[in-house]
Amino acid sequence: MYRYDEFDRAFVGARVAEYAEQVERRMAGRITEDQFKPLRLMNGVYLQLHAYMLRVAIPYGTLDSKQMRKLAHIARTYDKGYGHFTTRQNIQYNWPALTDTPAILEELADVEMHALQTSGNCIRNVTSDHFAGAAADELADPRPYCEILRQWSSVHPEFTYLPRKFKIAVSGASHDRAAVRVHDIGLQMREQDGKLGFEVYVGGGLGRTPMIGKLVREFLPPENLLAYTTAILRVYNLNGRRDNKYKARIKILVHETGLEELRAQIEAEFERLRGGELTLPDADISAIEDYFAPPSLPNRSEEAIALTAQMDADEAFGAWVRQNVSAHRHPDYACVTISLKGIGEAPGDASADQMDAVADLAQRFANDELRVSHEQNLALPHVAKGDLKAIYDGLVACDLATANVGLISDIIACPGLDYCALANARSIPVAQDIAQRFADPVRAVDIGPIKLKISGCINACGHHHVGHIGILGVEKKGTELFQITMGGSADENTSIGEIIGRGFEYDQLIDAIETVIDTYIDLRREPSEIFIDAYRRVGPEPFKQALYGAPQQAA
Amino acid sequence: MSSKSTAQFKALAANRLSDGIAVWGTQAPKGFSTGFRWVEAWEDVVPASADDVDALEAWAVAEAARDEVVSERLIDVAAVEGGYQPTRMRERIVIAGPTVRRDLGKQAEHRAQAQVAQAA
Repeated sequence: MYRYDEFDRAFVGARVAEYAEQVERRMAGRITEDQFKPLRLMNGVYLQLHAYMLRVAIPYGTLDSKQMRKLAHIARTYDKGYGHFTTRQNIQYNWPALTDTPAILEELADVEMHALQTSGNCIRNVTSDHFAGAAADELADPRPYCEILRQWSSVHPEFTYLPRKFKIAVSGASHDRAAVRVHDIGLQMREQDGKLGFEVYVGGGLGRTPMIGKLVREFLPPENLLAYTTAILRVYNLNGRRDNKYKARIKILVHETGLEELRAQIEAEFERLRGGELTLPDADISAIEDYFAPPSLPNRSEEAIALTAQMDADEAFGAWVRQNVSAHRHPDYACVTISLKGIGEAPGDASADQMDAVADLAQRFANDELRVSHEQNLALPHVAKGDLKAIYDGLVACDLATANVGLISDIIACPGLDYCALANARSIPVAQDIAQRFADPVRAVDIGPIKLKISGCINACGHHHVGHIGILGVEKKGTELFQITMGGSADENTSIGEIIGRGFEYDQLIDAIETVIDTYIDLRREPSEIFIDAYRRVGPEPFKQALYGAPQQAA
Repeated sequence: MSSKSTAQFKALAANRLSDGIAVWGTQAPKGFSTGFRWVEAWEDVVPASADDVDALEAWAVAEAARDEVVSERLIDVAAVEGGYQPTRMRERIVIAGPTVRRDLGKQAEHRAQAQVAQAA
């Protein structure tokens, strides 16, 4: 993984010192809250319902055991013993004191981490496939390009005050695990005439106006990555709406301008930039790629062959392997997803002890590499099949061995009204109650792969628009009401879910979800027809009938 | 909670600048030199009736300049059996803590807030 050079170290250190002074001035009353708020936000410090919240960047979701241990240490020392992994592959702490935040940032800098650009109208943490560099279906590791984008976008003088926040995702695999088509810029690596490059999508996003990114360029050579990205951002920065924050994202600009006109503007700007100083020399790309060189993975075929017998001998281990382990490019190795969706637990939450335990496992068995997925799980990308049992036993010991990845209880949920100042309804207890309702693992496996996503407000941090089943919490007459959407998806076949009908009060909601699931079970052609495929075949009507009876009027 | 209860009172909610912890402005007991003070526990809050709101707001304006709290806001409060309760769920969660972590926040420290939390 990438290691800070002297410039990085000096830059982050200077920012920590600057922020510490800003906090000191604020506490002494020398600057007002209006002056201070944008400064703390630039360092990832929000004010939520109960306390401040600190969002720490985990670049493209990649970290090592030392960094994970530091995250655990911060949770234990400055917070209440846990952290929340987010849909942007970051971690949030829910209870830090403002006066402790400079010390926390100083500690993070010790392990080459920071909280810069985790808030504000700038280019946010670049996200990626959590199995980057490991997955069997990968064309190329996207992380070198994520890192190039990270370096380029860090405190970029031209793009620090954009009309609105800006999110970039990069995937190098055929199966999109990074939701690239619902990002402001989505980069999908592909091959053309034997050369690697990117399909470029622009204007995807969720929030109150969900949009699927439009293909703005079919093939972008890597050397032009920064020139073309700059062209997009320059067009957006100049023309994006600043009169209305709800219409300020690039998706609105794409929609209002039209793809063809916008493409023409981007291409014109690109022509001015092409061949200039933003061109990436092969040597520079290669130098960054060196940081992401594949780990040494010696053949361990005999142990890999023995895995089947191990799975047969231990039913629970077998179930975990079938559900939480996926194909690695090396046949003797596997990618492990560590579910942070224990039945009845808050999605994405991990205790300090769990973080330490996972760090130990990564160091002992997984080439010291850890990942955070946008689905709020952790991952060990390089695990020898012969070590899976040891990993599993270690996860059992720290209550992280739930075998539910990709199943109905593997729910994305934002913090919701339990923590968030923007939320209108709770998300976490909804996720917990659904997981409890479908806690029977046999039933969950029978239901099969499904994406259920919950947001506590229209800002859609819980990605409800792209859930096969999405739940949006709203406030109506002082109580929570939940809208159900169906048919969304965030992979290579991205779609936006449709509202199925009038909303449900909390005490009706879990029954309604069960009705949806039972309806699917009844109408699927065979167990291998997964939920989203069945929905796309039959449409919403059978589900509406089951939920509301005779044709009803939408709320 | 009774979402349908009518708000008869107001309270001044805020977060303490230094640590973000929720606090409320309330009338001080007799004998205090000022009429209002900040408290950390909802059970110590005496919500302002319509007659007192102007004084509470005036104090809030003066407090804003003192830089002890941020995010000051007047919230609607209704009288309920045994006390007072914010009408909005969001403010009820603020006075109690996360409904998914009863071991954290003010509900872990104050009995009355735990009761409000149960009703949230």
